[in-house]
Amino acid sequence: MTAITNRYDFVLLFDVTNGNPNGDPDAGNMARLDPETNQGLVTDVCIKRKVRNFVELTQDDQQGYAIYMQEKAVLNNFNKKAYEALGLEPDTKTKKLPKDADKAKALTKFMCDHFFDVRTFGAVMTTEVNTGQVRGAVQLAFARSIDPIVPLEISITRMAVTNEKDADKERTMGRKHIIPYGLYEMHGFISAPLAERTGFSENDLEIFWQALEQMFEHDRSAARGEMTTRKLVIFKHESKLGNAPAHQLFERVKVERKEGVESTRAYTDYNITVDHAGKPEGVEIIERL
Amino acid sequence: MARKRVILKVWGDNACFTRPEMKVERVSYDVMTPSAARGIIEAIHWKPAIRYVIERIHVLNPIQFENIRRNEVGSKLATTSISKAQKTGNLAEAVTFIDEDRQQRAATVLRQVVYVIEASFEMTKQAGADDNLNKHFETFKRRAQKGQCFQQPCLGNREFPAYFEWIDQVADIPKSSLPELDRNKDLGYMLWDIDYKNKHQARFFRARLEDGVLNVPPFGETLQ
Repeated sequence: MTAITNRYDFVLLFDVTNGNPNGDPDAGNMARLDPETNQGLVTDVCIKRKVRNFVELTQDDQQGYAIYMQEKAVLNNFNKKAYEALGLEPDTKTKKLPKDADKAKALTKFMCDHFFDVRTFGAVMTTEVNTGQVRGAVQLAFARSIDPIVPLEISITRMAVTNEKDADKERTMGRKHIIPYGLYEMHGFISAPLAERTGFSENDLEIFWQALEQMFEHDRSAARGEMTTRKLVIFKHESKLGNAPAHQLFERVKVERKEGVESTRAYTDYNITVDHAGKPEGVEIIERL
Repeated sequence: MARKRVILKVWGDNACFTRPEMKVERVSYDVMTPSAARGIIEAIHWKPAIRYVIERIHVLNPIQFENIRRNEVGSKLATTSISKAQKTGNLAEAVTFIDEDRQQRAATVLRQVVYVIEASFEMTKQAGADDNLNKHFETFKRRAQKGQCFQQPCLGNREFPAYFEWIDQVADIPKSSLPELDRNKDLGYMLWDIDYKNKHQARFFRARLEDGVLNVPPFGETLQ
């Protein structure tokens, strides 16, 4: 497992049709939006959850591809495993890492070796059974929709009731929040020096790209509607530290509404162009989708 | 010894420089803290041989906030239940289910921020024979101009990436679009940085915007 030796920046485009990509707990689960521009938002942690779920689903039982932040996971048991594997007693009094730096390193390394998401996104493992803190190689920003979104509230009825006392009502009403269509753009960064520390390898990277491409295929639900990864543009830098500023690379991906389209309802309403012309030296542009 | 100065423009969609007194439901300071500025600069180039001193932070955009509420993992496990589990050997005592440990936390974050950081740096005791200010200055400049970094710097939290640009001299710093009202403002006590040499003690200073610029005092003028 050798770590990656290139810096990557990437742009991910995904869309949602008649669904709710990421509900806002503050707004009764309506799709998140930027109050000033009415652009939709999807948080970084929402996408990370989907990546974790995908990896858990596809890399089932592969050595080194366990997921630490599982739904229904027992964090401290994982940490305990690390201690047991190294024959150490956790110091429950101080809750600090073992004083011996080598032991502390060994514990953190154990976590990185066994858990994909610790290598990728990092984890704060300062639980009672302390295995240290890890900064992951991958950094995601919030995804933002290209155009303002129109949140709709759909009322639905159910031909049944929950409580006996409501039996004479015959049916109950419910609500769904959807947006008719939204195309979202997300930016991400992968740092080679940090990958070196966590052991994030080429194989991990490939699995991560796959996860971004296919994560929505395994995340169907009544609330989501149809979500699809539409495009993944990767900027691969020749060097560890990078060969060009990230913001300049991201500007090469242009998403524009087609002429004459008043309100967007499909991916075909947009023109997507990736400008390959005069790209900075040492940067490779890979269009995976 | 002549001080080498680095000037860096940084910007991003959102930022959250969390106030230490409002950490659970995060509330950001109005402007970037010196410690966050140092973090950004160190993400581009840092060696144990150098120490950055943040001198000035220029605020170029109006100060605006927005709210974000997210699901986060909640508490940590109590020590007692672990030691109990150790005694009984029953791991079920030491269990944390993420699903049952959800917390929805709001964050009041800044939006559309643009700053210019002015910093100088000095050598530390760990400087070797071939370390000198000029070398590190040139390395930093080369990296900042090319957009190279150790990791993409961030504006307080990693989900808010910071984009950066090298600025050659003070005269090139863009004009601030801060409204008149905010140009000269007392921001109250603000975190200066964490004193790592001294039991990770937090140091504070009285932050004032003077014509859109936050002048950062030296360590000696900060408070515990």
